[in-house]
Amino acid sequence: MAERSFVSEVKKLDVPAGEVFRGEGILAITKALLESGVGYVGGYQGAPISHLMDVLADAEGLLDSLGVRFEANASEAAATAMLAASVSYPIRGAVTYKSVVGTNVASDALANLASSGVKGGALIILGEDYGEGSSILQERSHAFAMKSQVWLLDPRPNLPSMVQAVHDGFELSEASNTPVMLELRIRACHVTGSFVTRENKRPPLTVREALSDPQRDTSRIVLPPALFHHEQEKVHDRLPRARAFIRDKGLNEVFGPDTADVGIVCQGGMYNGVIRALQRLGLASVTGETDIPIYVLNVTYPLLDDEFLAFCKGKSSVLMVEEGQPNYIEQAFSTTLYKSEAKTRLYGKEYLPEAGEYTGGVLLDGLTGFMRAHAPDMLRDGDRAPNESDPGELPEELTKLIPQRPPGFCTGCPERPVFAAMKLVEEELGTHQITGDIGCHLFSTMPPFNIGGTTMGFGLGPASNGAFDGGGEKRPISVMGDGGFWHNGLTSSIGNAVFNQSEGVVMLVDNYYSAATGGQDILSSRAENPKRSTNNSIEGALKGIGVKWVRSIDRTYDVGRMRDTLKEALTTETTGPKVIVASSECMLNRQRRERPQRNAAIKSGERVAVPRFGVDEATCTGDHACMRLSGCPSLGLKETKDPLRDDPVAHIDESCVGCGNCGEVADAAILCPSFYQVDVIHNPGKLENWWSRLTGRIIARMQTRRSARRIELETA
Amino acid sequence: MSLDLTQLDPKPATANDGGIIKMAILAVGGQGGGVLTDWITSLAEANGYVAQSTSVPGVAQRTGATIYYVEMMPDPGVVPIFSLTPAPGDVDIVVASEIMEAGRAVTRGFVTDDRTHVVASSHRIYAVSEKTVPGDGILASDPVVERVNKAARAFTCLDLQDIAVKRASHISASMFGALAGSGALPFERASFEDTIRASGRGVDASLAAFADAFDASQSAQEPAEDTAPADDTPKRALHVPARQKQAWDALAARLSELPEGAREMGLHGLEKVVDFQDTAYGHEYLDLLTRTAGDDTALARALAKHLANAMCYDDVIKVADHKTRGRRAEGVRRHMGVTETDVIQVTEYMHPRAEEVIGLMPTGVARRVAASKRGTALVERMFAKGRRWRSDRLGPFLLLSTLASLRPVRRRLYRHAQEIAHRDAWLARIERLAKTNPPLAIETANARRLIKGYSDTFERGQTKFDIVMTGIDMVAERDDGAEWARRLVTAATNDVSAEPVEGVVATIRSFAE
Ligand code: SF4
Repeated sequence: MAERSFVSEVKKLDVPAGEVFRGEGILAITKALLESGVGYVGGYQGAPISHLMDVLADAEGLLDSLGVRFEANASEAAATAMLAASVSYPIRGAVTYKSVVGTNVASDALANLASSGVKGGALIILGEDYGEGSSILQERSHAFAMKSQVWLLDPRPNLPSMVQAVHDGFELSEASNTPVMLELRIRACHVTGSFVTRENKRPPLTVREALSDPQRDTSRIVLPPALFHHEQEKVHDRLPRARAFIRDKGLNEVFGPDTADVGIVCQGGMYNGVIRALQRLGLASVTGETDIPIYVLNVTYPLLDDEFLAFCKGKSSVLMVEEGQPNYIEQAFSTTLYKSEAKTRLYGKEYLPEAGEYTGGVLLDGLTGFMRAHAPDMLRDGDRAPNESDPGELPEELTKLIPQRPPGFCTGCPERPVFAAMKLVEEELGTHQITGDIGCHLFSTMPPFNIGGTTMGFGLGPASNGAFDGGGEKRPISVMGDGGFWHNGLTSSIGNAVFNQSEGVVMLVDNYYSAATGGQDILSSRAENPKRSTNNSIEGALKGIGVKWVRSIDRTYDVGRMRDTLKEALTTETTGPKVIVASSECMLNRQRRERPQRNAAIKSGERVAVPRFGVDEATCTGDHACMRLSGCPSLGLKETKDPLRDDPVAHIDESCVGCGNCGEVADAAILCPSFYQVDVIHNPGKLENWWSRLTGRIIARMQTRRSARRIELETA
Repeated sequence: MSLDLTQLDPKPATANDGGIIKMAILAVGGQGGGVLTDWITSLAEANGYVAQSTSVPGVAQRTGATIYYVEMMPDPGVVPIFSLTPAPGDVDIVVASEIMEAGRAVTRGFVTDDRTHVVASSHRIYAVSEKTVPGDGILASDPVVERVNKAARAFTCLDLQDIAVKRASHISASMFGALAGSGALPFERASFEDTIRASGRGVDASLAAFADAFDASQSAQEPAEDTAPADDTPKRALHVPARQKQAWDALAARLSELPEGAREMGLHGLEKVVDFQDTAYGHEYLDLLTRTAGDDTALARALAKHLANAMCYDDVIKVADHKTRGRRAEGVRRHMGVTETDVIQVTEYMHPRAEEVIGLMPTGVARRVAASKRGTALVERMFAKGRRWRSDRLGPFLLLSTLASLRPVRRRLYRHAQEIAHRDAWLARIERLAKTNPPLAIETANARRLIKGYSDTFERGQTKFDIVMTGIDMVAERDDGAEWARRLVTAATNDVSAEPVEGVVATIRSFAE
């Protein structure tokens, strides 16, 4: 069950033509897919397009009724490979995943798909995870388009443009027999807005129907001699057809006056930022009327030399606004200008940063610099002189006064005790060589755990310890999640370790979902999912692939057991990889699932125990050893204001879900007797109630008697 | 209440983006910034505005700092071009769900005194880096409040978390209320409330929190001095039964033996040691205090505090005593928000180590057990596992009560002997220094704060304390001895390992030789 449910939004996907559709970017994209008569959709979750997968999953009823197949692919490679259907059949297909990490995984299939070429439109929607909020390496998807010769759309970040890009993308793909990538930046995926709908279309040929009449075309198979033709075809046939389509359909846009001395070329995704900078310079209006001509590349690959040269005509200087590096577009257009011997000078990274996201401030600075140098008279007096309004010392001062706040494990996260146990083992047996993977568990690399040194890719944690597979005085440890395991880890990491007789230890963290991406179901999820096969055993897969030493822990919160098992793995005589499967449900999902059930049960009068933890202020001495093994957001500090104390004590607030980690850690690490657990019993039985009152009264009587005989200090 | 937009946006008229309200919401992941953002866009649209919001979902929302961004303007008829990210120097309203996040908005340039109205909750969510310091790692919020106030055009700052919790609601509701009350947006209160109603879930609680925050924010346009919750004065009361009144009064009267400036601390300390043991122990406390500190006020005050802590060491009896008190049981119920008639189960997580168990034995026996390998091993085996005791049940309660009832014989137990020896060595050192280097004597008293906790923590503290004492002995004759001692203690408290404090000792050694 995914973190966000789109069940109510999905209803909007069924509206008739001509209505105003309001919503988020990803919903608009889904609607556009349905309008374009897509025959099958799929992909792999991962921010920023996780929610697109969730929307598709929630819309499965509607998809079924239209004859559209939805596949929750096992990986980006699987998703891209699925587009093979469009190689042989005139069926439109769309897949989505995050880029560039997903595109990396997909690149084998992508290159083969590009070589074969497609009959039906093939669209890959890329969630470009770049800039603020990103959790991955910072690279561009552009290079994939260039190397495999697939076309790259980068529409302006508003709903009508994004919807149009889906329609255009399919047509472009079919017009040039080439797959098309549609790139959406993080905030564009979640930008809100509206557009006017078209009719949802059934695919002219559904995938089911296609199965009745199988097709094959040997010229499309990537084998000699066909593959040599594919290369020729790409440049001599498909590329010219693509360019013609882009030109004829006017996919790129030009705004502003026909004549001017300067101009701006930008990627579609940069358009709003550029307009905002111009607005602030007094050169554009709120609705986008601009004094500076702008050539907007809604298609960033391939580029149209003639269109670009026509735009440059009569301009002495043009600024290229191209986010990311290397500056492929700027390089290409520079060559174009050079070869055409045009007089226009093209600028780009001289005024804008070579690397990093082009945020509002960056664009304003870049455009201001460009305008000052090349068209100063268009600027207002205040903007012409470089007298930056000085923000003063305050920002700088504050940087030192506020704490960093990197993301970390959620309240009650079942992965916290896994790393608490690892830390305890390290205290005993010394530090180890540890590699991380991709997933929530990578938060272990940050304080308070500081565990894990590298992350090489999804499902590659154990593989990235390959060099140490031979073992040594100490064993190497790697961490991998259930998501990574099923994505790629089973073969690339575990298979690799078995085959190479690895001496390493693998901590396989199983939280029942692809949790970091929003809690989507995977093969080993425990939930019953009518549309998917779940409950497939990780342990079974491990044994099947040849792992001899497997220990399954079905309650990660048992820190003592976690610690002992890890110690055993690090010391056992058994050869080959040692895999610990540490399973407990992602707390976010568990709460989402259990809370309504629990509330309903309480309402209906059932007996329910609700646990929560507390700290005895009187016995807590403020050493915070518990926090160094936790980092739980619910476990914080409290200033006691007790004149006899110097340090704040531990404090658990009402957001505690009573996962138990606090007590288990205090026990396993022998910390202190300050933690207590309270189970509030809702709707206790009659007998229980009576008994509890009775004991309560006896205990209270004893307490009163004792306190009447002594001097007692009350602090609270 | 509505607000004139020109007043909100005092930029020169040449700016063509006039009319767009730009709003950044800085939250900590998990705080529900998304709900607030949705409310704000719905509110704007309901008032004939066009609005656009963006967010960054993904791992940033897992307890880390995250930003939502909204732009809106009265519908100009044509679709306006909104930006997707906030830009430095170009934000009208910053809503921060925690005070340090308001500070972060300033560091990112989103707060400028020509236009930005900051609406912030004054409460703290401590960062991991603050929580893991063995001593006091809390970063002060006052300097942040002060600077945000300076940086902003207007500042509405109040404890919105407290308001939300009191109404069993969520901070998004109180933030929405503070935003409405601050007048930063040109919309009527009723319209805000309609938005909450339309959203459908937890409406009553949300509206209550909204209303409280709305009212509070009207009087909080300047950062109020009393941003902290009202009930933060520690409740401290000494309950003296009639039969012991006389003994206590006699004891308390002895406080006059202390220098005047140390009496208040002396009283706190006295209450604590008597609570820990008995009035005789209180006399012992005062004897030691007056003998060691003499009439040096500063030393007496420091020692009053640390001697009390030293005498009230954390042994099994103290823990059991505390856990079985009636007042503690009441405290637990209060903390959990349940009444006396609710049924609750209380599980105590206890894991005494062999040392602590041996400490409970009479001195003679304990010495023998501690000396014999087999004896220690036996105790270790018996207490290898942690105990989880249901203190609401009669059996475990009686067991804990029995442990607590060992209080009268505590002086004859091994732990006490150990503590006394340690304490007296420390006092002797202070007494010596008080004559030759009084400032250093005070720092030697303060170094006692290093010893706290249980098990490993306790041992680590003792090790560090010993290292500090070595250092102190080396600087005993120096005029800047006290300063070095302070440095030693700081190095020891701010880090778990003894390495930093050892480093300071090494430095001292380098110039001492
Ligand atoms: S028991 Fe501790 S770790 Fe678990 S949710 Fe509560 S405070 Fe967090």
